[in-house]
Amino acid sequence: MKTRYSFGGDEHIFVECDEEMSLQAFFKGLSITNGVRDSRIKGVTEICPANASFQIKFNPDEIAPDDLLAELKRIEETASKSVASLKTRIIEIPVLYNDPWTHETLMRFRERHQDPSSTDIEYAARINDLGTVDNFIKAHSGAPWFVSMVGFVAGLPFLYQMAERAKQIEVPKYLRPRTDTPKLTVGHGGCFGCIYSVRGAGGYQMFGVTPMPIYDPTQTISYLKDFMVLFRPGDIVKWKPIDREEYDQTVADVEAGKFQPRIRDVSFALDEFEKDIDGYNRKLQEALYGH
Amino acid sequence: MAIKVHSPGLSTTVQDLGRPGYYHIGIPLSGAMDREALRSANLLVGNDENAAGLEVVFMGPELEFTAPATVAVTGGEIPPKLNGEPRETWTSFAVKAGDVLSFDFLKAGARAYIAVSGGIDVPVVLGSRSTYTLGALGGHQGRKLAAGDELPVGSASKTGAAGRTIPVSLRRMPGSPATLRMLPGLYWHRITEDAGKHFLADTWKVAPEADRIGYRFRGGQKLAFVDRKPPFGAGSDPSNIVDACYPYGSIQVPGGTEPIVLHRDAVSGGGYFMVGTVISADMDLIGQLQPHMPAQFVAVDMAAALKARKDQDALAASVRAALA
Repeated sequence: MKTRYSFGGDEHIFVECDEEMSLQAFFKGLSITNGVRDSRIKGVTEICPANASFQIKFNPDEIAPDDLLAELKRIEETASKSVASLKTRIIEIPVLYNDPWTHETLMRFRERHQDPSSTDIEYAARINDLGTVDNFIKAHSGAPWFVSMVGFVAGLPFLYQMAERAKQIEVPKYLRPRTDTPKLTVGHGGCFGCIYSVRGAGGYQMFGVTPMPIYDPTQTISYLKDFMVLFRPGDIVKWKPIDREEYDQTVADVEAGKFQPRIRDVSFALDEFEKDIDGYNRKLQEALYGH
Repeated sequence: MAIKVHSPGLSTTVQDLGRPGYYHIGIPLSGAMDREALRSANLLVGNDENAAGLEVVFMGPELEFTAPATVAVTGGEIPPKLNGEPRETWTSFAVKAGDVLSFDFLKAGARAYIAVSGGIDVPVVLGSRSTYTLGALGGHQGRKLAAGDELPVGSASKTGAAGRTIPVSLRRMPGSPATLRMLPGLYWHRITEDAGKHFLADTWKVAPEADRIGYRFRGGQKLAFVDRKPPFGAGSDPSNIVDACYPYGSIQVPGGTEPIVLHRDAVSGGGYFMVGTVISADMDLIGQLQPHMPAQFVAVDMAAALKARKDQDALAASVRAALA
């Protein structure tokens, strides 16, 4: 895992922790960006963590680009010795798989798909050797997912499946991106899951939709009053498959201000997780559903 | 004081100089695509440089003022008319209650900026009045203007006199072909040496898909990639990367075919490789490009990028001095 530094014009330094995705690469980025935040370097205007990389925005009138680069490399040295762990939250997200809205949309853009004769979820089940859509839903909603990046559009989480690599779901993106994706679509591209926070263009396969808003610019939804974006990097997500009845009820509850998402504080330690992935995930679930 | 929108134009939005600080959660910079033009318009009418004005794209709106004010129109050449009478661009003029501002057809550039003394007084959201339409955030109800809208205007602490003008030498517009200086980097190593050469040598044309999110270019040769085994999580296309941050101004080339320069309403990240980043000093120029206009990418180093940045700052200082 070799760190690669590159200037993004005269206002950004782009740092790739690793070419491929892994939680180690995410945590390496997290520890360096934490180090940058703690160092309070003059001229650094924003820190943007991503999946296996991060970006530092700076004002070159306040710090010379090469000086900042040297400072980041120095922080990397120290950060590589830190322990990969964090205090975070686990959040339950209800999902109506195979919903009518993503179905209508995926049929509309069928000619842009690898397999025009099946749906996105059927295709994903097949190429991941899961046989049936039911098996796919079990695999998708079984293990929790780790928010390894927030972005693309406002508040959209990129989700990394907390399973050994051989069991991780992988699908290609659409051959050509769609110009439309329903709001709150649960999608997947490469090894990443996501929730489309707003309606718009997109290239990820579409599996379902959640009734639970994750971005609210009006800040009127009860749990988004303090801040309009729900997710932050390091959050853990557990999908909960629901039926149409529960979907409709949840939409009504959100509108009435009665819906409270299930969220619990947890801590996460990468080495413990990697020693026993299934056991660790069970403990996370206990934290989510126990008392 | 308010502005009544009789007709909205093609895509008119409220913009100030932008909303930095929230890119890490996917909320883009927003703000004027040609920031120097908005600054100039604000200075002409006596506003702070960061006051909110209207960004007009290709086709102007028709607006009625409910009280006297000073107005200026800068940026691309979309000639203003007051009650049907022509007014100069880059020059302040007075309006009375009931006056109607309309526009002639676009003559040059792509975006005009309308400043009104007092500034457009929509609510400040996350530190800015700029509109981010994709996220329905900021501006007037988070969207472009529509007929029947009424925009509040702030009370001006000082008002610029009518008839003040910005010298022609201080009005920066792109040439033809537009020269966009860029710093190669990011994932430049993904393309072959030959592809890198013709990326810089080819003349590109602005594609119809050019908006506040990004400007797409076409007409150059398809870029050839260096062979690799796809890294886990990136996807199988040679132009895919593990989803990462996209710098403002970065040039992604999905599939190696059509470069897209991300602009003020950029998507903050994604899974396409980037060949480099347009330097900060040339971002305003992109906002003045119309579809089908030719453009060329010119590679520069960091020293040249910083020098260009100083030159751009010097231009802004000269505008201030000219109006002081």
